[in-house]
Amino acid sequence: MTFDLFVLPFFIGLLFLLGVLVVKYSRWIAMMDASDRVKAGMALFSFSLLKTIKEIFMESLLHRRMFKRNPLLGFMHMSFALGWLLLIVMGNLESRVYSGGHINPPYYPIFLKFFIHDKRVLPFEIFTLPGFFRFIMDLILLFVLSGLVLALFKRTRSKWFGLKRTTVHNSFDKWAITSLWLIFPMRLLAESFTAGIYKGGGFLTNTLGSFFNLIFPLEYLAYPAWWAYSFMLGIFFVTLPWSRFMHIPTEVILIFLRNAGIEQGKYPGSFSEIEINSCPRCGVCIDVCQMNQAGLTGSTAVYFIRSLRDQQTDVQLNSNCMMCGRCLEACPVGIDTLGLRVGARRVDNKGIISDFSYLMKQPLIKKKTEVVYFAGCMGHLTPGVKRAMLQIFEKAGIGYTFLDEDGSICCGRPLKLAGMQEAALKLVSENTVKIKNTGAKILVTSCPICYKVFNNDYKLEGITVMHHSVFIDNLVKEGKLILRPSALKAVYHDPCELGRGSGIYEQPRNVLKQIAEVSDVAEERANSLCCGGSIGDLAMNAIQRNVIRDNALNILCQSRPDVLVTACPLCKKTFDSGNTIVVKDIAELVADNMEPNKLQLHAAELIDQQCVIS
Amino acid sequence: MEKHVVVIGAGPAGLETSASLSKLGFRVTLVEKEEATGGHLKKWHALFPTLLSGKDALESITKELNSTIKIQTATKITGLEAVNDYFTISGHNGWQEKADAVVLTTGFQLFDSHRKEEYGYGIYENVITSADLEELFASGKEFVNRHGNKPERVGFVHCVGSRDEKVNNLHCSKVCCITAVKQAIEVKQLLPDAEIFCFYMDLRMFGRHYEELYKEAQEKYNIQFIRGRLSESTEDHEGNIVVKVEDTLLGKPLRIKVGLLVLMAGMEPRAGTKSLTTMLGLKNVPDGFIQPVDEVLRSNFTEIPGVFVAGTCSGPKSVSDTLADARSAALAVADYLKS
Amino acid sequence: MEKKPKNFGYSVTRDRQIDFDANNHDICKIVTKAEPTLNLCISCGSCAATCTAGQFTDFSLRQVILLLRRGETKDLDKEVSKCMLCGKCQLVCPRNVSTRNLVIQISKALCDNRMSAS
Repeated sequence: MTFDLFVLPFFIGLLFLLGVLVVKYSRWIAMMDASDRVKAGMALFSFSLLKTIKEIFMESLLHRRMFKRNPLLGFMHMSFALGWLLLIVMGNLESRVYSGGHINPPYYPIFLKFFIHDKRVLPFEIFTLPGFFRFIMDLILLFVLSGLVLALFKRTRSKWFGLKRTTVHNSFDKWAITSLWLIFPMRLLAESFTAGIYKGGGFLTNTLGSFFNLIFPLEYLAYPAWWAYSFMLGIFFVTLPWSRFMHIPTEVILIFLRNAGIEQGKYPGSFSEIEINSCPRCGVCIDVCQMNQAGLTGSTAVYFIRSLRDQQTDVQLNSNCMMCGRCLEACPVGIDTLGLRVGARRVDNKGIISDFSYLMKQPLIKKKTEVVYFAGCMGHLTPGVKRAMLQIFEKAGIGYTFLDEDGSICCGRPLKLAGMQEAALKLVSENTVKIKNTGAKILVTSCPICYKVFNNDYKLEGITVMHHSVFIDNLVKEGKLILRPSALKAVYHDPCELGRGSGIYEQPRNVLKQIAEVSDVAEERANSLCCGGSIGDLAMNAIQRNVIRDNALNILCQSRPDVLVTACPLCKKTFDSGNTIVVKDIAELVADNMEPNKLQLHAAELIDQQCVIS
Repeated sequence: MEKHVVVIGAGPAGLETSASLSKLGFRVTLVEKEEATGGHLKKWHALFPTLLSGKDALESITKELNSTIKIQTATKITGLEAVNDYFTISGHNGWQEKADAVVLTTGFQLFDSHRKEEYGYGIYENVITSADLEELFASGKEFVNRHGNKPERVGFVHCVGSRDEKVNNLHCSKVCCITAVKQAIEVKQLLPDAEIFCFYMDLRMFGRHYEELYKEAQEKYNIQFIRGRLSESTEDHEGNIVVKVEDTLLGKPLRIKVGLLVLMAGMEPRAGTKSLTTMLGLKNVPDGFIQPVDEVLRSNFTEIPGVFVAGTCSGPKSVSDTLADARSAALAVADYLKS
Repeated sequence: MEKKPKNFGYSVTRDRQIDFDANNHDICKIVTKAEPTLNLCISCGSCAATCTAGQFTDFSLRQVILLLRRGETKDLDKEVSKCMLCGKCQLVCPRNVSTRNLVIQISKALCDNRMSAS
């Protein structure tokens, strides 16, 4: 017997799912840029495929990043993903033991225990092939069920899983997850009931079956249980393409395309669609999102991405994000949440006209020096930082040109973050001409926002772009600047654009450690908090920003430092307005605590000697 | 038994309240955290609109104190509590008193202009505050900027730390406009050749003879008023301050170099006031000043019977308003203690 | 409201005065709804003083806000198109007006208005 009517819900569901996936995937492939299609095709036959396979195994099955976040959370996800896959693979192998190696219809391995009652195998026998499979299949089922138990616990005890808040799912997702959760208990019941009737099954199903046999009329219950199991599978498959579980088949594609070097296009396209469909709505981004503190719970990445998938975007949601990148850092799938947000804003702000033709008449600076300094727009509102940098240049004997002494042209990053790419490019080209004209080798900027865009979007061949913290660190290492230790107790705040945005964590700390005693902060480096002043957000009001600022200040000042040091004029101004602690830029602290350098010392000694002689 | 009133804070408000209460027959203790009484008035050179000397004003207020008033200086209040129908008050140095009524005359603190970094105070030497200028006047030294030059131009920036939500001060400090006019005149008297500019958002000349002083500044001293709020200042290579405002009445951005820039620092509630109101259990309001029961009808009364308020701790006031408020508070206390 | 020209025996140049009654106030309403902090502006001019664009060209957000409030929306889109969104104005505004969003909302409202007109 290899067929029974009850397999139909499963089988129809499976065919339906495969059909929908074929349609969706073909659409995505059709939407792709031709060049991206070529890249993807090449990747199928290159070494990157090995990387892809490894990544799929590590992330989609083992859930490595989830484990790193919280072991219990990782185990829960792993038990479902890896466990289910193992059930399918091992079930297939087991079915071949009985079918003599033939390929079976897809439902056959899934419902094998209904069709095969091998009475030759003893319940706890594991050293024969059929016995081994019985044992191993029960073990895997137990593994999956342990994940299910954890998932149930997570509903009420999410803190055990490192999650303070969890995703609020829509009703469709609730249906999908209910069917998913019921699949495995139903399988357990169906297999146990059948095992109870036929005295078969492995250590788990046999034990349970014998027990159930004592209290239930299993001959009446077994068949309905198989129907129920099949139904749950069918419902899950039918709901999958419209539920969050679409991430299961899509994440694999995403990993492949990412490794093939494909990126988000200018406007939301095929790759963004695949990213959007890869979001499992696990909710890891919720706790890290500081917008929640300001009551803007709806704009967290998970809900923003859901709105994109449901094609229910709204401007407020798209605008309300500081683009701090904490969700990007936390996302176990590695979805470019910031890119998606910019993409959505591009659509929102499409009609806005920008005209910077007035910039054309700008005179170029004639002075030529090795180093050119760019304070940035915000830098002009923190004269303390500007002055400190000029003092440092003087002290280290660096000849420099102050490019925007009389006022900057904006670097273009704010426009870019607002989704106004073309307008941003006009500013990029204006500034590029100005910078290149100086003939400088090094461009030093005090503003991490400028730094990031100079690095990523400007084509400044032959010019090294440095944030001032890196420049100072180099001066110290080269012995051009000697720092004096002070009695200050300091904490360091990583600005979003400098830390997460540009990967600069160590240089400012290197410098700071030579001046002050630096305490660790609960949320630092890649987990650093946004100050709340971000230009990434368009719609937040001042009260909301202040809430975020004050929460960040609270965490930063836990060790009661004398000074809060940062490396961004905007962070400095924002924290300063909180009026709770002295806030300084790393450059200011350096300028306050630098010794004359060796050359100058030497010169002073010579003068002293001359005085003595004369 | 003679009723006892403790007055906390010995600036003009505290001094005047104490003198009035003493004249009304109450035993008074005046507590001050600093070594000397007089508050901000100690350092203030002259008062608007009459240019009355700060020293003379303080002397004449202090003269009214009689010898029965106990003055407890250098004492920070660490405990203040209502117990049945009296109050217990204790200081950091072990000082303790019981009182039948308490008057809070804790005054204001001057806005710390370092907090407006973009204005350059503490960064550029020739940016000073209105309080620094009073000290300079009072010192009688030659009027020069920090580079030792007689400034050819002096700028006054109104509303520094007032009417500015970026520093959490929405309120108007009320006295800075007229103070700027007064100081502009004084500078012009010292430097007849200098050009003086006031950068303002609104000129609030609400008191008697304020408008007249403003007119005098225009008429006699040729002081220029430019309607535009300073956004930021920079320093040129000679140490001049380059001021950036929009000349809003012309609708054009304006850059102007001055040899000295004076920031009209506003009034803020003292940090210490909040700790006192917290000890008493008074409700703290967003602007941080002490909230009277009714700002129009019962401006000296707080929610707690027996606790009164006078002077700038309940909102910015001129010296003359403060003195009137102090005398009014003394009457309110008398009314309360006699009933 | 239909306006009938009256003959006073002299003429007033129509371009010079703000014809408040005839002006379109819908755009101001739309923008105010999208960014309510528009109403908080006290015309201090800090935004225009600090403005990155304003140092190169005739552009004053303070004036833009006033023109919008008076219904003088002709050519306003050309004005706001000069903004680089750098955010300095937002940092200096004493009334915490969300200036960046304001600029975007004005642009959008004018853009929508153009679309519906054509």
